Amino acid sequence: MSVKFTEEHEWIRVDGDIATVGITDYAQEQLGDVVFVEVPEEGKQLEQGDDAAVVESVKAASEIFAPITGEVTAGNAVLEDAPATINNDAEGDGWIFKMTIVDETELDDLMDTAAYKSYVADLD
Amino acid sequence: MRSSFIGWVRLFFCWRTKMTDHSQDLKKTPLDSLHRELGAKMVPFAGYDMPVQYPAGVLSEHLHTREQASLFDVSHMGQAAIRGDNPVAALEALVPGDLAALSNGQVRYTMFTNDQGGILDDLMVTRRGDHLFLIVNAACKDQDYALMQAGLAPGNALEIFEDRALLALQGPKAATVLGRLAPAARLLDFMTSEPISVGDIHCIISRSGYSGEDGYEISVPADEADRLARLLLNEDEVRPAGLGARDSLRLEAGLCLYGSDIDETTTPIQAGLIWTISQRRRSEGGFPGAAVIAKEIANGAARKRVGIKPEGKAPARAHTQITDKDGNIIGEITSGGYGPSVSGPVAMGYVKTAFAKPGTPVDLLVRGKAQPAQIFKLPFSEHRYYKG
Repeated sequence: MSVKFTEEHEWIRVDGDIATVGITDYAQEQLGDVVFVEVPEEGKQLEQGDDAAVVESVKAASEIFAPITGEVTAGNAVLEDAPATINNDAEGDGWIFKMTIVDETELDDLMDTAAYKSYVADLD
Repeated sequence: MRSSFIGWVRLFFCWRTKMTDHSQDLKKTPLDSLHRELGAKMVPFAGYDMPVQYPAGVLSEHLHTREQASLFDVSHMGQAAIRGDNPVAALEALVPGDLAALSNGQVRYTMFTNDQGGILDDLMVTRRGDHLFLIVNAACKDQDYALMQAGLAPGNALEIFEDRALLALQGPKAATVLGRLAPAARLLDFMTSEPISVGDIHCIISRSGYSGEDGYEISVPADEADRLARLLLNEDEVRPAGLGARDSLRLEAGLCLYGSDIDETTTPIQAGLIWTISQRRRSEGGFPGAAVIAKEIANGAARKRVGIKPEGKAPARAHTQITDKDGNIIGEITSGGYGPSVSGPVAMGYVKTAFAKPGTPVDLLVRGKAQPAQIFKLPFSEHRYYKG
């Protein structure tokens, strides 16, 4: 299971044919308390970079983008009643949606763990 | 993830200024080192480096304020005095508020108006012996001072206090806490102000605030602010809270934010602030825009500020369009977000008067989709001001 990161602070974890997407711990920390999440519907077709989901914190609304092209297979239903799961476990239970992988090479564009860490370090 | 966070901060600008924030030019309040020591997240706000939240976070700070007491640094706001031959008459020429009726120590909420009856800023005015003490919004203070310096009748002058800090202690435990340190504070009536010492720190304390809760606003010399803040934070019930919680608290309380809910295009009548204009001032006028305002009082205003409660869980933020059930645009949200004390989204905005009745069903265009909502009688969170 490999995990990759986007410059927009999404993470994507590949497990066989399905990828799971969420926002990073850094992102949830910047956002503050999450109060509402709009997850994409099953079956939604996403191109890399499309608007995929919305995460609203007390302070602001944030768009989450599709890190790769594919079709949504599931949205995390837990987030409907427990949006704060993203704050508590952004990179685990706070996953936002799952999708198929149309083109594996799109993952090559993304940062690995070390690259993301240093990317974030440069931001602060 | 792209966040509209910086856009949120932009909302707090006085529309009469241009946005010219540069991090290196940011002013600091006297509590700046304390904020950093407490781990505050600092953001630019009205030219100041201000704490938007502390490690606890906005939600926790908001809830704590309604349960116990929070301490806010609002030293960025302007503090000034009008002295001279007739400060009351001089300021009444610029605001619709009834200042002649103020007893000594009494605090009143009013606004500067323009010739179109629009609002230039909202402010608190206190009668203090022979002068008036003013607190104005940080984002507008330079313009407010210029307005007064140009507009006060000869024989009256504006004195600006650059060397004072302002702290707000808000919440149901505020009186208990402050009463421990300064017993006289417990006796203050709502919207009254007294010079009261906290230990050996000379303060001017008013029983007022921006949260909908009981609480105090404490004016203190800048060089005593840090010491006073630490004294208050030392009390078990008190935690620090930032501008994020300040905004969610006032929104739930149905209180206007200048630059968002009231501005030069809104009259006090449209904004639901007719209660700030006494009968005498309505009939006598003598403030900018008096004729326009009198006409609106007589004929009704075309639009009204209302509360709006989305039926679902999605917040609807400022600039969200409001439609009737047929999709016709009838208004716009001016402030919106999440209300921690009501565990759901809350909003304020303006709608055509015909739609202003509480319970009226409307739609909100959020991300292009119509989300059902209802007009709601403000406040979302009941006011708990001190009634003596």
